[in-house]
Amino acid sequence: MAKTKRRSVLKLAGGTAAVSLGGLAGILATGRTPAYAQQRTVHWLKWVDFVPATDQMFRRELMPEAEKALGVKMNLETVNGNDLQPRITAGIQSGAGPDLIMSFNSYTHLYANSVVDVGAIAEEVGKREGGIYKYAQAICSDGKGVYMGMPWAVIGGMIAYRKSWLAEVGANKFPETWEEYRDVGKKLKAKGRPFGQTLGHTFGDAPGFTYPYLWSWGGKEVEADGKTVVLNTKGTVDSVKFMQGLWKDAMDEGGLAWDDTNNNRAFLSQTISATLNGASIYIESLRRPEQYKTADGKPLNTDILHAPLPKGPGGQYGFHLLQSNMLMKYSKNQDAAKEFLKWLHQEANYRKFFESQKGFATPCTVKWESDKLWDVDPVMTPYKVAAKLGQAPGFAGPPNAKAQEGLSKYIITDMYAKAVQGMPAEDAVKWAEGELKKIYGA
Amino acid sequence: MAVTAVSGVGARPVPRLRRLEDERWLAMALLLPTAVLLGLFIAYPFFEGVLLSLKSTRVGQPGEFIGLKNFEKIWNDSIFRTTVWNTFWYTGVTTVFKLALGLWLAILLNRHFRGKALIRAFILLPFIIPTVLSTFAWKWMFDPTFSVINWTLFQLGIITQRINWLGDPDLAMTSIIIINIWRGVPFFAITLLAGLQTISPELHEAAAIDGARPWQRFWHVTWPLLMPVTLVVVLFSVIQTFADFQLVYVMTGGGPANATHLFATYAYQLGIGTGLLSEGAAISLAMFPFLFIIVVVQLLYIRRVETR
Repeated sequence: MAKTKRRSVLKLAGGTAAVSLGGLAGILATGRTPAYAQQRTVHWLKWVDFVPATDQMFRRELMPEAEKALGVKMNLETVNGNDLQPRITAGIQSGAGPDLIMSFNSYTHLYANSVVDVGAIAEEVGKREGGIYKYAQAICSDGKGVYMGMPWAVIGGMIAYRKSWLAEVGANKFPETWEEYRDVGKKLKAKGRPFGQTLGHTFGDAPGFTYPYLWSWGGKEVEADGKTVVLNTKGTVDSVKFMQGLWKDAMDEGGLAWDDTNNNRAFLSQTISATLNGASIYIESLRRPEQYKTADGKPLNTDILHAPLPKGPGGQYGFHLLQSNMLMKYSKNQDAAKEFLKWLHQEANYRKFFESQKGFATPCTVKWESDKLWDVDPVMTPYKVAAKLGQAPGFAGPPNAKAQEGLSKYIITDMYAKAVQGMPAEDAVKWAEGELKKIYGA
Repeated sequence: MAVTAVSGVGARPVPRLRRLEDERWLAMALLLPTAVLLGLFIAYPFFEGVLLSLKSTRVGQPGEFIGLKNFEKIWNDSIFRTTVWNTFWYTGVTTVFKLALGLWLAILLNRHFRGKALIRAFILLPFIIPTVLSTFAWKWMFDPTFSVINWTLFQLGIITQRINWLGDPDLAMTSIIIINIWRGVPFFAITLLAGLQTISPELHEAAAIDGARPWQRFWHVTWPLLMPVTLVVVLFSVIQTFADFQLVYVMTGGGPANATHLFATYAYQLGIGTGLLSEGAAISLAMFPFLFIIVVVQLLYIRRVETR
C-alpha cells in the first residue's frame, strides 16, 4: 500500500486552495460573475389554464422557442387563479418574486405603484392589430398612455345551456329578458333541471353574473366621477327583489356555496340546465365525448349552446375576466421580460396560444375578431365579441383600485346572497351601499 | 504544596470562562439562543404587526402613521362584527364538543381490550392528516350537488330534498364546526388518555371499596385529578381554534355572504386579497386582547388548581 506522507497532503491542499483563490481573484479582477450566472432568466407566473392543452403547449413549444429566440432562460409557473393575489402581495412586499405576473381584472390599478409601464409594447401591438378594445384599455391603463399590464386575453362569460331541455319546456331559443329567463327556469326547475349560478366568494362566475345583472336593471356602484356612491336606487332594489324570486323559482339553491368549478361539474353531470361560464364546459365535453352523453346516448357537446346574459330594463351587459401580464418593478430582469412580452405578442407566437384555446380566450385587439377560428365552431362564435362588449366593475366610474376593492370584498355578490338568504331587499341594498361608501369615501 | 499548585496562577481558567461559574451568567448564556429565536420569530413580527396596524400601508405603498384609525374603521365594519361573533361561536361550540367527546374516547381507550394499540394509532389519523387535505375530502362530502351525506340520507328515506350544507349560513357554520370537532377530538383524547394513565388505580380501588359507584368514582377521583391536564389541553385548543384559517379558507372562503368568516380569514381577505395590509393587521391584532384575556384567566385557574 502506498504511503501518504503528511507533506504531500499539505502540498495538495495548498495547491487546491491556491487554484480556488486564483479563480476567485480572477473573477473579482474581471468584475464579472462566472458564465453560468450570467444567463438572463424570466420568471412568468400565470393561472392554471382551464384549457389544459394551452399550458402543455406553452411548456412544450412556446417556452423552448422563446429561450432560443431571445437567449433567455424561461421559467413558467402556474397556480390556481384564486392564488395569484397572495403571490403578487408577497412579491411586492418582499421585493422578490416572478418577473411577470398575470393580473385578473383591475389588479393592475390595485398594484399600479409596483409595476413597470409597458405602454410602448401595448401601443406597438395595438397599432399593428387594429387597436386595443376600450374595455382592455380601461382596465390595463391609466387612460394617459401608461399601461400597468400588457392586455393578454378576455375569458368571455356566456351562458352555456342544454338546447334539448329548453326546447322540452317550449323555449326554442335562449330567453332574452330576465322575465323570460325566470319563466323558462321555473318550468325547468319543476322538472328537476334548474339553472345553476354561484353567489359564493369566488373570482370568476360570481361577479361575472352579479355585476352585469345589476347594470341590466339600471343599477350602478358610483357616478362617473368615481366618488359618489349611488347604489341605493329603485333599479338596484328591483333587481334584488327579482333575484329573490328568481333564486327560489328557477335556480339550484346550492349555488350559494359554489366556486368557479362547481357549476362545471353540475352541468357535466347533468343536474343543471344552464349556467354562466367561460367555454370550459363545452370544451371539456368536446374533449371527452364518450364520457359525457345525453340521455339518448348522443355526445353531450351536440346539445350545448352559448348565449349572452338576458336583458333587463337598463339594458344588456357582460363582465368578462380580463387577463393582463404585469411587469413587476422589483424585477431585476425587466429588459429581458419586455423582450419576452414583445416576442410573445408577435402574431405567429400569439396565434399558437389563441388556437390552443379554441375560443375560450378572446384576444384584446380588434384584428382577431375576424379570425377564421371563429367560423370553425358556431357554438363558440358568441365569444368573439366578449372583449368588445365587456364592462368593468366600478361602472359608471373608472375601473380603479377602489372598484377592485369592492370586487375583492364581494360586496355586490354578497348583496344578492344576503337577499336570497332572507334579508329584505331594501336592507341588503342599504348594507352594500354602506360598504361601498366606506371604500369610496376613504 | 499540592494545594498551592492547584490554586496557583497557571491553573486558573481564563476570566471569560470564569464568568460562567456564576449561575446568573450561565443561565443567561443558556437562555440566549431561545431568547434570540423568540425575539426574531415572535417578538419582532409581533412588533412589526403592531406598527403596521397603526399605519395606512397598502400593497406597494408604505403609508403613514394614522394612529388608531384602522381600529376605528374595523369597529364600525359590519363584516368585522359578524367575524367576531362567528369566531366566538366557532371556538366555544367546538371546544365543548371536543372536550366531551375527547374525554369519553379517552376513558374508553383507557380500558383493556384487544387491538388497543392499533385503535389508539387509528384514532390519531384525523389529527395527523394535513388539514387542507382532509378538508378537501370534507368539501366533497358537503358538496352542494354531490354530497355523499345527502345521498345516504336520501337513500335511507330520511330526506326528500337536498340539504344545502355550505350554502345556508347556519348550516355552513355547523359544517365547519363538525369538521373542526372531527379534527380536534384525537388531540383531546390522546392527551387526556395520557393524563388518565397517571392516576393510580389504587385510588379507584379504594373508592370502590368505600362503596363509590362508577359515576361517583369519576366525579370525585378521576375528574379532579385530570383537571390540570384538561385545562392545558383546552387552553391549547382555544388558542388554535380562535386563530383557525385553513379549514374555513378551503371550505367556504368565509362565505356564504361572510357567514363563516373568522378573524384570520377576514384579515387575509382584506390584507392579501384587497391589499389593505394595515387593516388586515388591525383585524389580526384585534384577536390579541380576546385571546390574552382567555389565556390569562385559564392560566390563573390552572395555578389555583395546581396549588390546591
